[in-house]
Parts: sequence; structure tokens; C-alpha cells
Amino acid sequence: MSKTADKIMQGVFLLCGVITIACVFVITVYLIISGLPAIREIGLIEFLSGKEWASTAENPEFGILPFILTSIYGTLGAIILGVPIGFFTAVYLSKFAPVPVKKTVGFVVSLLASIPSVVYGLVGMLVLVPFVRKAFGLPDGATLFAAIIVLAIMILPSIINVSLTSLDAVPKKYEHGALALGATECETYLKVSVPAAKSGIIASVVLGTGRAIGEAMAVMMVAGNVANMPKLFGSVRFLTTAVASEMSYSSGLQQKALFSIALVLFVFIMLINMILRKVMSGGEK
Amino acid sequence: MKKKLFALALTAVLVIGCLTACGQKAEGVSGKVATDGSTSMEKVIGSLGEAFTAENEDVDFTYNPTGSGSGISSAANGTCDIGLSSRYLKDEEKEQGLEETVLAYDGIAVIVNTANGVNDLSLQQIADIYTGKITNWKEVGGADAEIVVIGREAGSGTRDGFESITGTEDACKLRQELTSTGDVIATVKSNENAIGYASLASVDETVKAVTVDGVAPSAETVLDGTYAIQRPFMLITKADTKLSDAAQAFMDYALSDEAKSVIEGAGVVPVE
Repeated sequence: MSKTADKIMQGVFLLCGVITIACVFVITVYLIISGLPAIREIGLIEFLSGKEWASTAENPEFGILPFILTSIYGTLGAIILGVPIGFFTAVYLSKFAPVPVKKTVGFVVSLLASIPSVVYGLVGMLVLVPFVRKAFGLPDGATLFAAIIVLAIMILPSIINVSLTSLDAVPKKYEHGALALGATECETYLKVSVPAAKSGIIASVVLGTGRAIGEAMAVMMVAGNVANMPKLFGSVRFLTTAVASEMSYSSGLQQKALFSIALVLFVFIMLINMILRKVMSGGEK
Repeated sequence: MKKKLFALALTAVLVIGCLTACGQKAEGVSGKVATDGSTSMEKVIGSLGEAFTAENEDVDFTYNPTGSGSGISSAANGTCDIGLSSRYLKDEEKEQGLEETVLAYDGIAVIVNTANGVNDLSLQQIADIYTGKITNWKEVGGADAEIVVIGREAGSGTRDGFESITGTEDACKLRQELTSTGDVIATVKSNENAIGYASLASVDETVKAVTVDGVAPSAETVLDGTYAIQRPFMLITKADTKLSDAAQAFMDYALSDEAKSVIEGAGVVPVE
């Protein structure tokens, strides 16, 4: 009897696994099929290295270099700002914080993770953008800088949570050993615990990078969305927002080009995942 | 054998049931209404089509967003019932036997922050601001501050309308490109040096709509033609060819008093 139940459940698990893989497969195939025609029409080099995007002009231009660079700079900026803050928060929470503080901050961080991105965008638009404008004396605050700040805050929860879990999982005996040998607390945690939790911390950066490069809604509301070459205090458009902002009314080659942008974004995310996965498995050897 | 009989009986019941059901539905007109043309009219023609087919379920209503020019030509060569145009017909188009019926007017307000001292701009000044010839508010009688030019995304009907009326197609130098009227209004509200545009119906008191060449934007000034930034939304038909019953019924509906609230709901001013 239990054997049949086993068999049935095995089938259920298999089905679930197949559904997940099928989704990934369908999305990949669909993106490639719908993304390639425009690239063929425009020309790969022209598409990737063109600096002009004017999709509805009399003589349309489809160059997405500004979007690519903006996405790279924006994500890098968010990582540079967000990773140290998130990492040190995780070290503090895991090793130094008293239990009540750890619990409270943990709750607040998970709250931060569950805020929808449109809310980040709205707060960014109404609070951060005017603040950036006044603080830096700019005519307008909707800039790459504002987007980087919003993204940095958005990736904090994934960095803190994943790093925290792996730091908590470091066996206590490592730390006790280091302390017994006369190392200070700081030395112990930064030179023993952190290296031991390295792969988890790198995983948290992967997650953060993925979230930052894939975010559309929040950055659309604070980045200005003009297809300029990226400047820290200029209005910029990301790969994601390029797709999202024009999709609703697009037609013809413009629409196909938007699919191609999505394909480029997809390739980017795959590359990032692969590179960081390599780094991670290298750390474990 | 019994089973077969049963199945037959069941089929008969189903067929009869279906027939009577179909019979009951055929109250309004039936047939096809094909519209083709201006992408800016998508919202208004979409809501009209939806309201019309809600009452006439047997009508197959289609809208093909191709642009005013090809809407007019497909009305002329008969590939659609009703062409949609957001500009008046040219003389040579009228000579092809086409007839224009104004459905509504699309008024676009130019908005600035309420703290902005500028109350009036000429059409030329607006065009110069959007193309980057004027970059400081003091050049148009305001404070000494850089103008933050806000526009809409490529493909937006409001952008298309604004740029075609001000003659700034493909020449706008924008600081922000936003994807909804609400975003434009919120941004203008929060930045005293911003200028934006939005369809007349959605402008509220949180921002200031400037007068254009001295005329304030309102339903009245749009209808009497004194407010400059406006364009007609028109239904184009062939004068000498009779429309199909369904298409005629749609025309009648679209121009009826009943449809006015639907048209207003789409953010444009219906004709009186």
C-alpha cells in the first residue's frame, strides 16, 4: 500500500519538476524566436553598439548601447553601495547582536523584502527624486544616481538574509578554536567565520545582482527614462524599462526590437549567473 | 443500442437548446465592423467598441491601429468600414469621395508647477522649449532656472498629438520620459521647474495648465477651436457607398448622446 503511495508521490514530484523546467524552456525558446527577427533586420552590431534609440521616428534608430551601459552601471552601483551595508549588517546580526535586536532587525529586513517594487518606485519618485534634486543642485532629480540608491535598498534584504543564514551555519567550534588561540572577536569573525561562509555570501551577491538588473518598475519611476548615454546625474533608461515603457503601444519593428532587448537582458542574466556560479564552485574546492 | 438511442436523444436536445439560445440572442444588429487608423484613437474607439458590442453581441468589432494615413486610405479602398483619423482630410483625400465626421476633440494641456510664475506661453515658445532652443524659464518671463522638460514614451497617443501639433516630431529633447499621465502630473507637481503635457481631462488642481497664446484650455475653448493644442478625432467614410447595417449602427451609436459619457471617459471632448 505504502509502496503505491510512494510511486504516486514520486510521480507528483516529477510532474512539478517537469513543469518548472518546461517553463524555463518555453520562455527561452519564445524569447529567442521572437527576439531574433529584429536583430536580423537591424544587424547585431548596429543593434548592440548603436547609441541612438528613436523607435517611432520617421527614420527609426534602434541602438541599445545606452540601455546596456545603464543597466551595467546601475547594477554595479547598487552592488557597490548595497553589498558592504548588507554584508556588515549580516555579520553584526549573526555574531554581535543580542537576540532581541537580531529578531527585530530580522523582522524589519523581511518586511523590506516584501515591499512591492512599485512602492519603492513611488517613495523614490516622491521623496528621493526631489531630495537628490535639492541636495546636488540639479534641475531634476530623476537620475541614474537615484535609481542606484533605490536598487541598493532593494537588494539589501536578499544580501542580508542569505549571508546571515550562511554565517549562522558556520560551526561554533571554528570560532571557539580561533578565540582560544588568542584571536580577537573581530579577527575571528572576519578571518574565520566569513571565509567559512564565503559561498553563501557570494550567493547573496548573485541574488542581489539578479534582482538589481531585472528590476523594472521601481527604476522606471526614478530614472527619467530618456535614452541617453549614462551619466551619474543624467536621465537614463535601463534595459528593463526600455521594454516596459514602450511595450504597451508598440507595433511592427519597434515591438520586435523590444523582444530583442528582452533577449539581450536574458543573456545578461544567464551570463551573470554562470560567472558567479563558477566563482562559487571555485571557492568550495 | 440503448446507449446509441440515448446519445442521439441527447444530441437532439442539445441541438434544439442551442438553436433556441442562438435565436434568443439575435436581437441587435449582426455582422462585422472593421475600423482602421489612428493609434491615438485606440482608447476612445476601444471603449466605444466595447460598449457597442456589449449591447450587440453578434457584432464582430475590430480595430487595427495603423495610423491616420493608412486608416484614411483603407477607408478609401474599402478594406475597412470606418477609417479613423486624428487629422482633417486633405483636399485630395476629399476628392476621392471620402467624408469626415468629427467624433471628438483631443485637447492637450501644457502643465507647469503651481509655484511657477509663468502663466502664458505661445505655441512657438512651447515648441522651442521642447526642442531645446529655450532652456531657461527666464527666457519666457519666469525665474532664472533650467527648464525640466517632461514628455511621454514613444508610441503614446498624447505624445504623438502634442508633437504633431507643435511641430516637434522626433526633435524633442526631454529630461524625463514617463509612461503615464499620472506620472507626468506627479512629477510636475514635485518639481517647480518642470513642464509637461497631459490630456485635458486628466489635469487637476495640483498642477497649473498654462494658457496657450492667451487661451485657457477647457472643453469650451477646445470645441470652439480657440485653444491651439487640440486635434480632431474623426470617423472617415465613403460618401457614395452605403455602410453595412452593423457599421451604420456603430456610427449612430458613436455619435449619440448615450456614447458621450463613454467618450469623456476616454479622456477626450465629445462634439456637441
